[in-house]
Amino acid sequence: MTKIELTVDGAAVSDDVEPRMLLVQYLREKLGKTGTVIGCDTSNCGACTVHLDGTSVKSCNVLAVQANGRTVTTIEGLADTAEGDLHPVQEAFRECHGLQCGFCTPGMIMQAVDLLAENPTPTEEEVRLGMEGNLCRCTGYHNIVKSVLQASGQTEGAQA
Amino acid sequence: MIPAHFDYLAPTSVEEALAALGEHGDDAKIIAGGQSLLPVLRMRLNAPEVVIDLGGISSLRGIRDDGDAIVIGAMTTHHAVRDHDLVTEHALLLSKAAAEVADAQIRHRGTFGGALAHADPAGDLGAPALALDAQFVIAGPGGTRTVEAADFFVDLFETAIGDDEILTEVRVPKHTGWGAHYEKFVRVAHQWPIVAVAATVRGSIDEAKVGLTNMGSTPLRASATEQALAGASATEEGVRAAADLAAEGTNPPSDLNGASDYRQHLARVLTGRAVLKAAGS
Repeated sequence: MTKIELTVDGAAVSDDVEPRMLLVQYLREKLGKTGTVIGCDTSNCGACTVHLDGTSVKSCNVLAVQANGRTVTTIEGLADTAEGDLHPVQEAFRECHGLQCGFCTPGMIMQAVDLLAENPTPTEEEVRLGMEGNLCRCTGYHNIVKSVLQASGQTEGAQA
Repeated sequence: MIPAHFDYLAPTSVEEALAALGEHGDDAKIIAGGQSLLPVLRMRLNAPEVVIDLGGISSLRGIRDDGDAIVIGAMTTHHAVRDHDLVTEHALLLSKAAAEVADAQIRHRGTFGGALAHADPAGDLGAPALALDAQFVIAGPGGTRTVEAADFFVDLFETAIGDDEILTEVRVPKHTGWGAHYEKFVRVAHQWPIVAVAATVRGSIDEAKVGLTNMGSTPLRASATEQALAGASATEEGVRAAADLAAEGTNPPSDLNGASDYRQHLARVLTGRAVLKAAGS
């Protein structure tokens, strides 16, 4: 077992973990943060996307021990803490119906937040490219792209 | 799926990492960004007894100016390589190729040195590193040595790095002002290229360097194309004859994504596109 100390969604946590434990397992099974989901388990689909020190990563492709000393934000810690609050990107996904079955949504939103942090006013093509690591098996991409554009405050999204 | 059990070591210096590698030998595996290794461990295609994490060695991160070359630390992420001013100014081809590696999440974790040491023939950085005549600095128990790109890639997933050695940095000769483009052919946006071409040119066109991805067991230089491009005009007609030589001497694999002769066709077409885009036409 290896001791890790990190910050998850604003709270300091520490645990003894097996080195082989994946970050996504740690979040779900040790911390109960099941908002982050496991989709493909092969680091393709992006459903497990979280932020590690402020940038997006696939949490099925990071060991929990590699997050030692670092800061993790999951979909559960994205909004302000007040009950019922939504992050503007979450709000945009709700307004534009940027989901069908919803399984890919946590990862989509975490990646969209990262994308908009780097490029606050992306074109539609830049959104599609920036979200290339997130798969929607319902193939509901159009409304996902609209949601991201809407969250960026651009009119293309608002007309959706 | 989760990896088989392993012990985890997190050295904070190259010396410590080398000592750990020396102690555990074949039973140990080095993890850099882990974006290729972790899927392998999860699928139990490999089960090392010890994993040595280079993530805590800060000296392996970063990019610096070293006169006639820029030096990229092995643990620098693809994301950092893509955006760094020294790279965009002196080795634009690497920035273009780094931007095409997998997807944003992978680029945030995956490292320049890790990807090159992994030596996947479909990896996006080998061909540009080869085209730019990069030099690989490798640390071992007896000190460091430098290996030319042409000698670094040995075979499928095999490099000149010895079992007791670690790639620490890559020196890239400055190609200041050279145009560049990485043309990648994929069926799924964030997947490995079926074929890709890395091209960088001086003037339009005084000199050209062209690397091929996934056209053999290692990255390749399209030498005949390079020679034919010297003095060519940067027009579709001007580069066609040179691009037609791109697959010369190659023996690409056949797999579910395409047959060998199809890959050769792709190499010729993509070379034309890459060179023209590199020349800004």
